[in-house]
Amino acid sequence: MTAELPPGLALQKVDERIMTLNVGPQHPGSGHMRIIVQIDGDFIVACDPDPGYVHRGEEKMAEYRNYITNIPHLERPVIHDSCNVLYPYVLGAEELLGIEVPERAKYIRVIASELNRCIYTMYWLAIYGIFLGHSTMFMWPAGDREFLIDLMEKMSGARVTHAHFVPGGVRNDLPPNFEDVCLRQVNYFEKRIKEYGAVFYDNPILISRTEKTGVLSRQDAIRLGTTGSVLRASGVDYDLRKKEPYDVYDELDFQTNVLKEGDSYARSKVPWLDMMESCRIIRHALEKMPKSGSVRVKLKPNPKGAIDSVYKRVESGRGSLGCYIVSDKKPEPYRVKLSVGSFRNLIALPYLLKGEKLGNMPSVYWSLNYWPVEADR
Amino acid sequence: MSVIAPKFKFSEFVKSILDNLFWAILLLSLIGIPLTQIILFYIEMPVINGELLTPFLALTWIADPSRTLPIIKAFMTTDLFRIAAFPGFGFAALLAAGTIFVERKMLAKLQLRVGPFYCGKIEGILQLMGDGLKLISKEIIIPAKADKPIFWAAPVIFVGAAAAFVALIPVAPGWVVADVDVGLLAVFAVIGFFPIITILSSWSANSKFPFIGGIRALHQMVSFEIPLILSLLGVVILTGTLNLSEIAASQSSFPWIIFLPIGAIVFFITMLAELERIPFDLPEAESEIVAGWLTEFSGMMYGLVQLGTYLKLYAFAALFVVLFLGGWNGPMIWPPFPEEIITKGIEAGPITVMIPGLPVFSQEMINGVIWFVLKTVGVIFFILLPRGVFPRIRIDMLLSLGWYKLIGLAFVNIFIALGLLYAGVLGPGGIL
Repeated sequence: MTAELPPGLALQKVDERIMTLNVGPQHPGSGHMRIIVQIDGDFIVACDPDPGYVHRGEEKMAEYRNYITNIPHLERPVIHDSCNVLYPYVLGAEELLGIEVPERAKYIRVIASELNRCIYTMYWLAIYGIFLGHSTMFMWPAGDREFLIDLMEKMSGARVTHAHFVPGGVRNDLPPNFEDVCLRQVNYFEKRIKEYGAVFYDNPILISRTEKTGVLSRQDAIRLGTTGSVLRASGVDYDLRKKEPYDVYDELDFQTNVLKEGDSYARSKVPWLDMMESCRIIRHALEKMPKSGSVRVKLKPNPKGAIDSVYKRVESGRGSLGCYIVSDKKPEPYRVKLSVGSFRNLIALPYLLKGEKLGNMPSVYWSLNYWPVEADR
Repeated sequence: MSVIAPKFKFSEFVKSILDNLFWAILLLSLIGIPLTQIILFYIEMPVINGELLTPFLALTWIADPSRTLPIIKAFMTTDLFRIAAFPGFGFAALLAAGTIFVERKMLAKLQLRVGPFYCGKIEGILQLMGDGLKLISKEIIIPAKADKPIFWAAPVIFVGAAAAFVALIPVAPGWVVADVDVGLLAVFAVIGFFPIITILSSWSANSKFPFIGGIRALHQMVSFEIPLILSLLGVVILTGTLNLSEIAASQSSFPWIIFLPIGAIVFFITMLAELERIPFDLPEAESEIVAGWLTEFSGMMYGLVQLGTYLKLYAFAALFVVLFLGGWNGPMIWPPFPEEIITKGIEAGPITVMIPGLPVFSQEMINGVIWFVLKTVGVIFFILLPRGVFPRIRIDMLLSLGWYKLIGLAFVNIFIALGLLYAGVLGPGGIL
């Protein structure tokens, strides 16, 4: 048996000094994926992220359901950010079905998607805290995101998986006096997240641990195709809410947060700054929103899309999230393809971890704003 | 009818109580009394009313309760009591259990949670007992390729080493298990033993994550042992003794932390590192190496390691108290024992009860223990606090902290102590 093995199957020459670690999928510091790490002493020589443990076939499932019944399952990849994950699909379906959305519905969508961005980022921040051994930073965000979850429950009826966006608007109108409750909760939430600065972001140990680790330069960030907070932490001013405004983002007053350092600290700080910006957006949107009016266009039963394809993308909690829909004049879409920010950001992981210490692995990995379930879809 | 006991019958209730009583009496007479006899056989008996107490005479306390206290006092002077109960293992384990409870509740309050709540009705006070029962009843899994004798022995040796550390701590004047003249050297010897246990257990598990954790623990403990020893030299220079009881007694007017604050700070930081507490919990960093050197331990083996860890925590806090905070010294807050009870007895209406053997503990001892426990609990609180505030640091930062900064500060502390000594302010023959 001396047949030539193909290159992928050939046995690797193993250096005695190199130890291979399987970090995941049952490791507390990996999420639903595996990172194969090769270490020489305390230094990481090579790193091979291996996602795919939570693949659910969302894209194939979407081909067997019509435009409306696709809604509840397409938000499953990131249930904490379910409005944002559904947003590009709804925008695309509206274009295919030729629907004009009422003005009030657009504002409600913006509020819901910003609330969801905060909910997702709080969850992400909680895990970032526990990855660095900071258990208070696990409990505080996990508790404070309840305020916003309560708001979303008032708005949509469900705590996490809202299924609130539908082609043609949103499912329900806002409940009475939602604006007052929302304003109060968001103001308190903003006060709370400013306190995180004192306990977490200004902590000298955290700064000395994450500064200048996993540095992603501006050129590399663009070349590797990262998006969202990772890209903005590397000094690229790129936010789809500004660059390609959808719904009413062009009428709202906000700014993007850009940091130049490109290290783990900057990458962890950008989502936190984005949350404060989200609070501003929500307040401004509540002010400008039409006080009454329709929130949903009535659709025909089993609407059929035109023979066309459409690609829409939005800025989700993890960066640009695109949805490509091909329609062939049937009630079901011919093909739905999700292009997610998590997977794009994960590509940077092997480049960032090479030469880093093993202790930096959790902070660099999670600062990439990666959600394993979304990457697998 | 209540929901909890839908078929409650009073006769069955009485019957169950009688059953329990029967078994209690049977077991006591079959096992309890012989055991007491055997224990009494090994205890040096006191002389009461001119006659030497024998194990058979000792049992007369059942007929004559006034003989109880002298026998208890005789038992308290034995080594067995000192090792097992008061200044030794039992006392330390009790404080360690309290530490675990306080840690859970305090962290919970800090993190806007409730913490243990249901077990034991009052604030989850029995949660630890429940955890212990769970750990005992779990299966112990040994890795297939582990070096089994060493892997089995490691948790036991760990608890043993922690208990040896506890034995050296003087709690009150005269109340110490092992009052050795080179007590501080013995402490260093015990501390130096912990990295060996850690590396042995992690290596014998034959698994990757425990191995990395063990190597980290070895680096951490060895590099922090040097500043730890150096930071205590200042106290030794000023007191001129290595005996922990004498060091504690030397602080009757002022604790050494007033004159050696740098040494106290260095010792506190090294203490956190030796205890593997956050921010120095690298050997157990869960997001990097699962549970570090504890990864392969399961069931009660893990429980034993946790017990040893908290015993060690108590011992380090107590060492800090003895060396820097004055040990048992403090204002007299315990009232003296009323003399007339000894001389005249207690008058309860028409009868006067004379109780020989009172007081059981002297006033100084109780006062000393109160101050010692108060100070130790305070130090333990400050050991627990960083867990809610700090993230974990990295191994290179840890080593540079240990080798560059703490050793330098420890030498500054030694120079301060030498300066105080040669200026004639403190130390043997000093003016203070």
